Amino acid sequence: MNKADAVAVILLVGVTMYAAFGGADFGAGLWSLLAGGGDRGRRPRELIDWAIGPVWEANHVWLIFVLVVLWTGFASAFEAVFSTLFIPLTLAALGIVLRGAGFAFHHSARRAGGRALASTVFGLASLLTPFFLGTVVGAIAGGRVPVGNATGDAVTSWLNPLSLLIGALFVATGAYLAAVFLVSDARRAHAPDLERYFSSRALVAAVVSGALATAGLVGLHRDARYIFDGLTSDGLPLVILSLLCGIGVLVLLRLRARRGARFLAVGAVATVIWGWGVAQWPYLLPERLTIDDAAAPSATLTGLLIVFGVAVFIVLPAIGLLFTLVQRNLVEETSRPSS
Amino acid sequence: MLASTLEAARSQMAFTLGFHIILASLGVALPFMMLVANYRGLRRDDPDALRLAQRWSKAVAVTFAVGAVTGTVLSFEFGLLWPEFTGRFGPVFGLLFAIEGLFFFTEAIFIAIYIFGWKHLSPWTHFWSGVPVVVAGLGGAFSVVAVNSWMNQPQGFSPTTGEVTSVEPLKVIFNPAVPYEVPHMILAAYLVTGFLVASIYAVGMLRGRRDRIHRLGLLIPLTVACIATPIQFAVGDTAARAIAKDQPIKFAAMECVQTTSTDVTEYIYGRCTTDGVKGGIGIPGFDSFLVGWSTNTQVIGLDTVPPEDRPPFNTMLHWAFDTMVGICTILIGLGLWLGVGWWRKRDFPQSRWFLRAVAVSGVLSIVALECGWIVTEVGRQPWIVYNVMRTEDAVTQAGGVWVTFTAILALYVALGATLVLVLRAMSRRWRDADEKDVEVPYGPDAGPPADLAGASG
Repeated sequence: MNKADAVAVILLVGVTMYAAFGGADFGAGLWSLLAGGGDRGRRPRELIDWAIGPVWEANHVWLIFVLVVLWTGFASAFEAVFSTLFIPLTLAALGIVLRGAGFAFHHSARRAGGRALASTVFGLASLLTPFFLGTVVGAIAGGRVPVGNATGDAVTSWLNPLSLLIGALFVATGAYLAAVFLVSDARRAHAPDLERYFSSRALVAAVVSGALATAGLVGLHRDARYIFDGLTSDGLPLVILSLLCGIGVLVLLRLRARRGARFLAVGAVATVIWGWGVAQWPYLLPERLTIDDAAAPSATLTGLLIVFGVAVFIVLPAIGLLFTLVQRNLVEETSRPSS
Repeated sequence: MLASTLEAARSQMAFTLGFHIILASLGVALPFMMLVANYRGLRRDDPDALRLAQRWSKAVAVTFAVGAVTGTVLSFEFGLLWPEFTGRFGPVFGLLFAIEGLFFFTEAIFIAIYIFGWKHLSPWTHFWSGVPVVVAGLGGAFSVVAVNSWMNQPQGFSPTTGEVTSVEPLKVIFNPAVPYEVPHMILAAYLVTGFLVASIYAVGMLRGRRDRIHRLGLLIPLTVACIATPIQFAVGDTAARAIAKDQPIKFAAMECVQTTSTDVTEYIYGRCTTDGVKGGIGIPGFDSFLVGWSTNTQVIGLDTVPPEDRPPFNTMLHWAFDTMVGICTILIGLGLWLGVGWWRKRDFPQSRWFLRAVAVSGVLSIVALECGWIVTEVGRQPWIVYNVMRTEDAVTQAGGVWVTFTAILALYVALGATLVLVLRAMSRRWRDADEKDVEVPYGPDAGPPADLAGASG
């Protein structure tokens, strides 16, 4: 493995972290939207606020991390993706603004009406942002992003069955992760009713995600043969592992096991992403641009590896500290959901 | 078509950056004010100072959250608006953003711990959890501003045409514009935050709320800002001299110098034309003196480059520069007023005129900040990377930038208005709380935490 491959692995680590933690935040936003207005949805929404308040900012940083590693390590891929996929990426950016604003303001809004508006904005943006990011991934997988400044089709590159499927899959996976996380959070808050509430939603989301993933495989077979062939050969063990993790989560939820479900749920998502990475290798943009061709000059790659090494020593312990404090209820602002 | 995409892209970038720069400044400097209040509160056992620290931490939370998303928009815009710039030079300046990412991560994590830790962490542990936020804010500011410095003084890569094949990261990071541009921006952040926060409390005092919280809330940020201002003046003066050497065309545009000569007149305001400055106040020889401490110093004029290589909107650029310097001078005067009052009476001047001056200082400092940004950005045009890449060659070929610019404009106006409304609502809520005298930080909880065990929905 050369330096360019190592940086590609770092990129994939960033994507995995964002998909797992950022994705769960999007999912939580979706659940808060689906919880319904007024009194009916109050308790689930309180739990969601309480659970993601302290961590969502840190989770969001993974997206910046992915962008920076991409444009530093593989600038020509960044140029191609962001110019051809101008429309979905602009919509995703607008969604991120609305989502951040909605979340920041619905805590602090004084009147109930303002708070309801802010939380609806937060919920809708949590639905649209991962969807558009998914269409971007679909466009890349389908080989619809040629190298250069906006050389691909501005519309059909991302408005096609495969992209739409992957967009929907992103939304469903986030909802699935969020529901599994919220089951644990409900237990931490001593709210068995919410535990049951999110447990049943986790099951539904798991089934939907599984169905969309299967449909996605069919879509890849039709539209992105390179990835499909990779997933069914070198990537196959990871795909199977993902399936096993997914089944494991369902079993644990059914048994109401105290631990393991979150870990396996993240595993189910992470293994699919890694399977995709393996399937796509050695390409960044399948059959159009390889990792080596896109790679930055050697000194830049070394610099990125050093920065990542420092991050492992500084940022990871800090994240660990934050998550530990959260799990021990030492950092909280909004009160736990009351009955 | 392309010309109009370029205009739209430049407008969108200018607007989103001009918006973000205010939030970023607050993100860098407000945690420091918060910790000063926190420290004072713990050291002197001062509940009012603690209360201020707690309130400012909530303002930090909201501004940081909004700043994080407006910052994310900027990182999208590197690709959405300037794909050829990032596609070619991403490997050169990108490392600085990777380093910035480290600082930003650290900042986000410790802000979360600090903000959400008021209730349960021990007081001094809690205080120390805020210190990494201040340090990371400085580091992040360094990294981001260093990228802009590099765009002004590009070096550390080759070749200068076509695809970059070799990079020297240290030369990129410590480019020649870093020593003056980075401190200038960091001081600007402290200055803007200080005057802005102080101005809010000054308005409160003008409306008759002269309690101790308001006095402290005015004094802490105002002192920080008044210390930063004269230093800023000196750093800015050094920067201007360095620009006269490093980017002579930018300097010529800032000062409306049309032809290269010695004994150049310094014009305050006035309209820039190719025949020289119309109107304005002229001080003969002073521009040359400022550049080289002697009226014999030669100042390079705009006529040394063809018209297409000169910055656009020359008069606006010149006015922006003069306004920034003028405001800084006025704010130094405000600092002197505070200093004299403090020296004579061990307190800040109590007159309504002083409070009025502080009340406008917040807006003035933001105007100065934006002017400075206009000077450095418009002054670099038509280059996106000085003398290496033109802005028109960096822009996206995608259509529809006018549409996204319009959408972003509307969204940001709503965002800004909501942010101000929310912060105002917060302060109203705090005032009500003052009257009831509740909410003491580090005190016991007002009530038992809602115990949900056994609750059924």
